[in-house]
Amino acid sequence: MSARVRVNPITCEGHGLCAELLPELIRLDDWGYPIIDEALVPDDLLGLARRAVDACPTLALLLTEE
Amino acid sequence: MSASSGPAAGAVTTGPQGLPRLLAGLDGSGAAMTFDRHAQVHGPLPQVSPHELIELVEQSGLRGRGGADFPAARKLRAVAERSRNATVVVNGSETEPASAKDRLLLERMPHLVLDGAELAAAAVGAREVVVKVGERATNAQRSLQAAIGLRGNDQVKFDLAVGPDGYVTGEESAVMHFLNNGKSLPTFVPPRPFERGYRGRPTLIQNPETLAQIALVARYGDFWYRELGTAADPGSALVTISGAVAAPGVYELAFGTPMTDLLAAAGGSTEPLQALLIGGYFGTWVESARALRLRLAREELRSVGCSLGSGVLIALGKSSCGLHESARVIDYLAAQSAGQCGPCVHGLRAIADSFGAIADGVAHRSERDRMLRWASEIRGRGACHHPDGAARFVESAIRVFGRELSGHSRARCTAKPAGLPVGNGVR
Repeated sequence: MSARVRVNPITCEGHGLCAELLPELIRLDDWGYPIIDEALVPDDLLGLARRAVDACPTLALLLTEE
Repeated sequence: MSASSGPAAGAVTTGPQGLPRLLAGLDGSGAAMTFDRHAQVHGPLPQVSPHELIELVEQSGLRGRGGADFPAARKLRAVAERSRNATVVVNGSETEPASAKDRLLLERMPHLVLDGAELAAAAVGAREVVVKVGERATNAQRSLQAAIGLRGNDQVKFDLAVGPDGYVTGEESAVMHFLNNGKSLPTFVPPRPFERGYRGRPTLIQNPETLAQIALVARYGDFWYRELGTAADPGSALVTISGAVAAPGVYELAFGTPMTDLLAAAGGSTEPLQALLIGGYFGTWVESARALRLRLAREELRSVGCSLGSGVLIALGKSSCGLHESARVIDYLAAQSAGQCGPCVHGLRAIADSFGAIADGVAHRSERDRMLRWASEIRGRGACHHPDGAARFVESAIRVFGRELSGHSRARCTAKPAGLPVGNGVR
């Protein structure tokens, strides 16, 4: 099973919580919008990734698990 | 497979030899080709089964001519495989300011495009064809209105939809969004149109030139189609050539044609060239010495990091300033952001302002690197490909014209404007 994080750029308002909670995978650009350097979520970060998804105020962070 | 090696049953068996193909029968009058004249040139719509048509298109190797180069047969098949009542949308938006080929087809040869749409509709099980064009394309609207009035039957119904102009309104998801909700803005994908498009139904969305090519392939066969072009890039393409050439306009050329012959087709260059912009504003600047050695073929274009896009070629003469011309284009692209995605809204604006300052020679030395970082960071971070295309354009502009930066910071640039179109020239 592999899990990937993705941002819906239309709903994202740049609150930046995702980068706070998941700095291993997500950093912010100069305007506070997330840059996902590595979309594939390692197993040991899955819990944190789910937390980041839940924390996003605009539900813009998506986690797809296949 | 025998069914796909020759013309379809009941078709006119000999297609136009050599060029023109799409533009065969076009006279100098400027008027739309009548239905009768169209039938004289190409014969009636051939009888082909859905399976046969998709096979013919597949064997022809035809790729979409809207800019993405996607194999046309794969798109047809993706919609045909969904059992629900489908729709065909002809995407005649052509929002690239330097492109005029789709408008030429829709204005002058509407029946060839509608033939292709009708054949595609039968192939994917659609009973409805919607042709979408921009508000300012009034000639195309008139031609289509008249052509649609002469067509339509129990099998398929044609509609014309006129939407707002603007660079991103031609993007597939924006066209769907407009037809469904009246908003010409890109949406977050998936779903893609073939999954859930017009009114939630599987939708085949194709560029007018692609459909016109399908109308020819259905009549004359894939073997005929491959008589022109190269093995990897068969057939012909419409190319809009502008800039420092004697006779700017739309030309039909075979794939594999040397770039020098493309320019010659447009009357030749009017002055020594410094660069060519290949693929429009989502495209790539290439130094002229390098560009003139290329041929019109995907592999060769890819080797210098570009693609034909929607078939736009702009020649920049040595008397013009590539930096200032690029600055204007980037400013335009930033203004054309749909305004939905943060990285595009903020990133493109910042890149445009930064590029303008660099071109004017008033930026700090570090500005170039900061701007290139922004360009690389915005890639892939919009709902549509607007930021990606703009980033590619910016990076190529710096690659090709970057060595002029130091000169610009020392003295005012006095080159004359080349007048690259930025969205005002649509009829």
